[in-house]
Amino acid sequence: MWMLENAFIIPLIPAISFVVILFFGKRFIGADRVHVVGITALGLVWVLSALAAFQWTQRVEDPPPDAVVQMASHADDHADDHADDHADDHADDHADDHAVVSENNSGDAHGGGHSSPLIRPVISTFPQWWSNAGMEFAVGTLVDGQTVLLLIVVASISLLVHIYSTEYVKGDRRYVHYYAFLSLFTAAMLFFVMAQNIVQLIVGWELVGVCSFVLIGHWWEEKPNTDAALKAFLTNRVGDIGLLVGMIVLWGTFQTFDIDAINTLISADPGAHHLALLVAACCLMAAVASKSGQFPLHTWLPDAMAGPTPVSALIHAATMVVAGIYMIARLYPVFYEGLSVGTSSINLMAFIGGFTALIGAALAFAQWDIKKVLAYSTVSQLGYMVMALGVGAWTAAIFHLFTHAFFKACLFLGAGSVSHAAHHTFDMRKMGGLKKDMPHTYRTFVISSLALAGIFPFAGFWSKDEILLGSLVGQKNSYPLMLIFGCAVAVMTAAYMTRVIWYTFHGEYRGQGHPHESPKMMTAPLWILAGMAVIAGVFNLPGPVLEPIGLEGLAHRIQTYVEPSVYLSGLGLSHPEPSLVMALVGLALAVSGIVVTYLYYWRRVGLHGMTERNRYAKNGYTFLENKYYLDHLYNDVIVETVKRPIANWANRVNQNVLDRAVDRAGETARDTGRWIYKWIDQGAIDGSVNAAARGADSSGEGLRAIQSGKVQNYGQLLFGSAAVLAIVFVIVV
Amino acid sequence: MVAQNIFFGVIAAIVVVSALRMVTTRNIVHAALYLVAVLAGLGALYILLTAEFVATTQVLVYIGAVMVLFLFGIMLTKAPLGGVMEMTGAQWPIAAVVSLLIGGVTVYSLMARFGSDRLTSDGPIFRTADVSDEVFSTYIVPFEAVSVLLLAALIGAIVLARKD
Amino acid sequence: MLLNQFLILGAVLFAIGVYGVLARRNGVMVLMSIELMLNAVNINLVVFGVQHGVVSGQVFALFVIAVAAAEVGVGLAIVLLLYRNRRSINVEDFDLMRG
Repeated sequence: MWMLENAFIIPLIPAISFVVILFFGKRFIGADRVHVVGITALGLVWVLSALAAFQWTQRVEDPPPDAVVQMASHADDHADDHADDHADDHADDHADDHAVVSENNSGDAHGGGHSSPLIRPVISTFPQWWSNAGMEFAVGTLVDGQTVLLLIVVASISLLVHIYSTEYVKGDRRYVHYYAFLSLFTAAMLFFVMAQNIVQLIVGWELVGVCSFVLIGHWWEEKPNTDAALKAFLTNRVGDIGLLVGMIVLWGTFQTFDIDAINTLISADPGAHHLALLVAACCLMAAVASKSGQFPLHTWLPDAMAGPTPVSALIHAATMVVAGIYMIARLYPVFYEGLSVGTSSINLMAFIGGFTALIGAALAFAQWDIKKVLAYSTVSQLGYMVMALGVGAWTAAIFHLFTHAFFKACLFLGAGSVSHAAHHTFDMRKMGGLKKDMPHTYRTFVISSLALAGIFPFAGFWSKDEILLGSLVGQKNSYPLMLIFGCAVAVMTAAYMTRVIWYTFHGEYRGQGHPHESPKMMTAPLWILAGMAVIAGVFNLPGPVLEPIGLEGLAHRIQTYVEPSVYLSGLGLSHPEPSLVMALVGLALAVSGIVVTYLYYWRRVGLHGMTERNRYAKNGYTFLENKYYLDHLYNDVIVETVKRPIANWANRVNQNVLDRAVDRAGETARDTGRWIYKWIDQGAIDGSVNAAARGADSSGEGLRAIQSGKVQNYGQLLFGSAAVLAIVFVIVV
Repeated sequence: MVAQNIFFGVIAAIVVVSALRMVTTRNIVHAALYLVAVLAGLGALYILLTAEFVATTQVLVYIGAVMVLFLFGIMLTKAPLGGVMEMTGAQWPIAAVVSLLIGGVTVYSLMARFGSDRLTSDGPIFRTADVSDEVFSTYIVPFEAVSVLLLAALIGAIVLARKD
Repeated sequence: MLLNQFLILGAVLFAIGVYGVLARRNGVMVLMSIELMLNAVNINLVVFGVQHGVVSGQVFALFVIAVAAAEVGVGLAIVLLLYRNRRSINVEDFDLMRG
């Protein structure tokens, strides 16, 4: 258990790496070799995280006596059992805090079956660092299953991004700076996930924000990049106000910053403080909306694509945007009670999540920039996670976070690889036909897209299925609207990813130059991530899938190890039974999305190819380009001999009906996407943001008069206002 | 007691008048000399308050070192010696109002809070040894920080002022 | 002796220092006025140390003196640099930051 108690080492390593790279990188290590430091540090972090994860599973499997929560309500029935099992260790001081635990859980705990006992997180606090007005501020680590899961995700993605970046940003003028902040970014997120109190949560949250600002604006010589960085930062500041207010409300209610204490207090007496929790949850939702790109504060996320692509992968998969999801999961009792997740059939969190998922998916259709499609896809998937949390499917949300991290990172790195090949453009209109030139990128991209779309047996299928099931079953009530949103998004996700694959990898190449496969340092991380996108689902397979092969003991591992049941059981959180029908419906939705888009673009390819051929003929292209032409023909012949029978069959069976439906569906989706983009996203949301900016601008113009530039005028204002304030205090107090 | 009060009154009068002259005189060298008077007066007040080491340091550091620095500063910037440049800016009325406000509100608060509290006269007297014990035990870390600060200021001043 | 006579002396000196900082045009004079303000603070530290019978007051006064010395060193270096670059130490001439 050593690693769990000393988890502070894990964020410390990349923090040291940050200092070493920034201050000694250029002088002593050599500007082109600093990545060695970063990769070594991250490798170490990964090993330690894996060790921590292993020790946590040990703790759950074979809990030490002081790790198990005693059930007071249960004590009289099973007093003897307790005495036998755990001797008098139960008399430990935590027992009273965790008095209220529901009957059935404690029964399971002693049944020795698959439902595990309630394991307390490992909390190590260091001596308080500050006390003020009788309030003591501790600093420490809280490690439980949720933490170690995030440790693994952050360490894996960040390590792969570090490796990938050695090629991607090779020769960049701020290579040292880039690696330094990559390390700090990782350190900040690791610090965030093991925060012991809400003050540490805020610190980690802000650190992550600052690092993302720095990295998005990495190429700050170009104006749009600095604008994007500023937009990300300022949008996040809006949410941070909510974070601060929410945390203050929590402190005011419970008089403690300790996350463990807050969660325990709520789960011990869920009904109390409902109003305060409602206010806190709403404020914190604003913070989540900004950090995790939820409607209406999601606008910064697509702009954040201005940063280097590996950074986008890191932001979208591991370090930045999942911070919001993580915070909800960490303080879940607050949200669960505050928003009445258990008893309602629609609530703020579920609605924001579902709506964001829908809007993000629709917007993804209207984009030509491959990274922006992926960005909106992230918005949509984050909406999914928030929605899952909003319907009470805690495990499903975290499971989706886990699987999504791998395939979204793979997609982003794949997009980076494509742009690396295709003359540093992200415009899909200048891509196409890269399938032949970039076999590794193509295969990994397709695998990850299938995982994202939720196709059996890839990782996304299992997690998406759990979310849909969670919406269907809900807690006390079903969440019908969320289920509809979820199903619609499942179709749309599959469809827009098919569109991306079509434009990027199929058809003929529309860009300049000769695309080439990326070097091994870039494809290796892609394959690792693609592998994880295939198998990440096994960590939380439902029981019925495993029973036929006799491995039912391995079912629901994430639920067993990760879910903080010590907090959640007091709330009466229930898990839905796995449903084959729901899984089949989800799969059918995803497949239909793919098929519809596939047919739509297949029909377009005939026309499209024809115009290309005409233009070739008209312009009389040279041999070099004719080679492309042949390549294209070759492509067409091979691909279409496979495609055509399917299409003919489809046409024969469905005649014009499906054709028209497909056309209409595609066009409607595209038009809706454009409409939403134009009116809601650009018009209403951006408009209001711009109006606020204009207001600030004009008031700034007014205030400009006192900016004389003379230090003494400022001094007069400073001292004068200080004196006036002092006088006000003297009079009032 | 009476002697102490008379002593305080005389010193305080010298200090306040010198300070006023310092910020109003048109000759910058005179201003520096008035500042010497203020600092010396404050050193005398420290003696009155039994803070002997602070008083010594005041004389050594301020009158010895800082004043020399100021005089060098005046010399190197070739400040007009005979009041050629108007020393007080056009905005002095605003400055006067602001400083009166600050002084007024501070004095008012002090009167309201401390009224006629008497200064403890039977408290312990700290000699230089006590001060050094405290500096090198309880305040050793701030002391080291101050020494690093002085070093940094030294280097900073050299970097700023050197000609190249 | 009253506690207040020292505190009010400090307050008056501080206000005079503020006036000097805000009204004087010469950069060196501004620095001198800042010294005046720092000394006003020092009186408070020492007198409160005596009042409460603790030695910390004197220790902090010493720290303030040390910091003031550092401040004068850097401040005068900046004034010299300004003078060398602009041939003026009139603080009203420096308004590059005008909005």
